Amino acid sequence: MAEVLVLVDHVDGTVRKTTTEMLTAARRLGEPSAVFIGTGFDAARDTLARFGAVKAYRIESAEVTDHLVAPAAEALAQLVERTSPVAVLLPSSLDGKEIAGRLAIKTSSGVLTDAVDVQPTDGGVQVTKSVFAGDFEAVCASTHGSPVVTVKPNSIAAEEAPAELADEVVEVTVSDAARTARIVERSAKQQTGRPALSEAAIVVSGGRGTGGDFGPVETFADTLGAAVGASRAAVDAGWYPHSSQVGQTGVSVSPQLYVAAGISGAIQHRAGMQTSKTIVAVNKDPEAPIFEMVDFGVVGDLFQVLSQAADTISGS
Amino acid sequence: MNIVVCVKYVPDAQSERSFEPDNTTERESVDGLLSELDEYAVEEALAIAEAGDAEVTVLTMGPEAAAAAVKKSLQMGAHKGIHINDEAIAGSDAVATSRVLAAAIDKIGGVDLVLTGLGSTDGTMSVVPAMLAERLGLPQVTFASELSVDGGTVRIRRDGDVASETVEASLPAVVSVTDQINEPRYPSFKGIMAAKKKPVETWSLADLGVDAGEVGLGAAWTTVVSIEQRPPRSQGEIVTDEGQGGAALAEFLTSRKFA
Ligand SMILES: Cc1cc2nc3c(=O)[nH]c(=O)nc-3n(C[C@H](O)[C@H](O)[C@H](O)COP(=O)(O)OP(=O)(O)OC[C@H]3O[C@@H](n4cnc5c(N)ncnc54)[C@H](O)[C@@H]3O)c2cc1C
Ligand SMILES: Nc1ncnc2c1ncn2[C@@H]1O[C@H](COP(=O)(O)O)[C@@H](O)[C@H]1O
Repeated sequence: MAEVLVLVDHVDGTVRKTTTEMLTAARRLGEPSAVFIGTGFDAARDTLARFGAVKAYRIESAEVTDHLVAPAAEALAQLVERTSPVAVLLPSSLDGKEIAGRLAIKTSSGVLTDAVDVQPTDGGVQVTKSVFAGDFEAVCASTHGSPVVTVKPNSIAAEEAPAELADEVVEVTVSDAARTARIVERSAKQQTGRPALSEAAIVVSGGRGTGGDFGPVETFADTLGAAVGASRAAVDAGWYPHSSQVGQTGVSVSPQLYVAAGISGAIQHRAGMQTSKTIVAVNKDPEAPIFEMVDFGVVGDLFQVLSQAADTISGS
Repeated sequence: MNIVVCVKYVPDAQSERSFEPDNTTERESVDGLLSELDEYAVEEALAIAEAGDAEVTVLTMGPEAAAAAVKKSLQMGAHKGIHINDEAIAGSDAVATSRVLAAAIDKIGGVDLVLTGLGSTDGTMSVVPAMLAERLGLPQVTFASELSVDGGTVRIRRDGDVASETVEASLPAVVSVTDQINEPRYPSFKGIMAAKKKPVETWSLADLGVDAGEVGLGAAWTTVVSIEQRPPRSQGEIVTDEGQGGAALAEFLTSRKFA
């Protein structure tokens, strides 16, 4: 069976959920081969095998990891050349999309970003993506080369399918040109103890309506084991870090449940959460556009509503 | 220093957006404008020019109406504009767009810094800047939320979801900026008047030496098989809080097994 390359998304060997989702999608197309760049492979090995990776290509050279996306694209291009995969799957993150863009040019392949579904067609791949702030759903295909697909986190349900995994250390040659942008400093994001925004099953977001007090939003989120998000208005006011911004210019989320508290529902915000399975809003303005798209809405003051809801849930 | 800012003309996100029968974005009837995300790139270029000595050229590829994106950038303060307008480019995908923009940047020549937005507000693929860097063989320094140019070196801060990085490269380089980087200015009356006298060149594919067969819908490496409007989300139950709103919310979440 033909190979499908999956670029492993991990932090020092801790495999992120996106990777297990991509491996699940890859199994529909062929035999998943994980491409692991960086250190910590031993920690990742079990998870990769459990989700069906048959092979793992390990690329450990610092040449690749100390630089921005260009060397990773070169490494993948060399693997594409060698394995002629059915497709290359990457996470739809900042880096993932950029690696995809460069890889597409290098291998003369079509690139499809932000796939929410991936399906085989005879001899190829079709992906579904949502466009124009989620108002439309498009089915797209690549007509050239080995399709390069970035997959949106939380869109495909990960399923285990244990496999025997054989790993191989791959030496890649990195050109001088690819080494021109250098990461000179890196500081890890502070851990909040909450799930990561892009992979969380539940997201509770606060907006301008919080007036700067995210206390009730955080308490409610913790009651549900949720990640905390924010609207741009809340981020611009300095109430919450930019990495928590949901929307067109922030993170795009697609959780099982999205709760918007004190958020009006501007199109740029909707662009980042409209594909959530269930949507709930709390807003004191009954005319707020967010109510047009909710499964359940409460017109009221978020301070009262969220704390009563949290108390009711923890009490029961 | 020579700065080129790539700006895109996009359909207004506030208007009703739709598709042509061939599944390309309908660009005729809807109002368009300079992509808001590219205003940050224009602003950043102007700030660099004001702090030192730089010439800012804005570059757009798009239909007749896309001239409006160049005009707005000139009104903000850019020095000159280049508009690539050719019937053959309609329906171009990111791969073809980067091909044309890269050819234009080559033709301009002597460029020290290529600035772009973080993504276009219609396609939001955020791949064109990386593709440009790949094609031009230049360092790629993308998603800058802070930017400084010092001598021949550009340095940025890039905030990812697990880490914040400082990235450095020597010029020339391709840099994309986020909406965190600055506050774009509004054109002043003086800027609007001055823009009328600023030079704008219109180039065709032939001017760039790009073969029409390499671009446009027919040459795209990807196709849209089908496109469907999502059924609008129907409104569910709305309750008004009269003392029990939070309890009602808790009950809804419990009934759906979220709590
Ligand atoms: C290029 C561009 C990109 C953008 N990208 C993003 C993005 O990625 N993400 C994003 O979110 N926005 C984005 N925006 C901004 C967007 O247009 C809106 O301005 C923003 O989403 C508004 O945030 P908000 O809903 O919190 O604030 P507002 O629109 O001011 O809404 C606040 C809401 O809170 C309600 N409220 C007030 N007090 C209470 C209370 N006590 N209890 C309950 N409800 C209360 C009000 O009724 C109101 O509906 C972008 C804009 C542009 C131009
Ligand atoms: N047709 C175009 N003309 C000029 N610049 C463009 C065009 N398309 C994309 N760009 C630039 O590339 C950036 C990213 O676009 P995209 O990859 O389409 O999301 C934009 O913010 C622009 O700076």
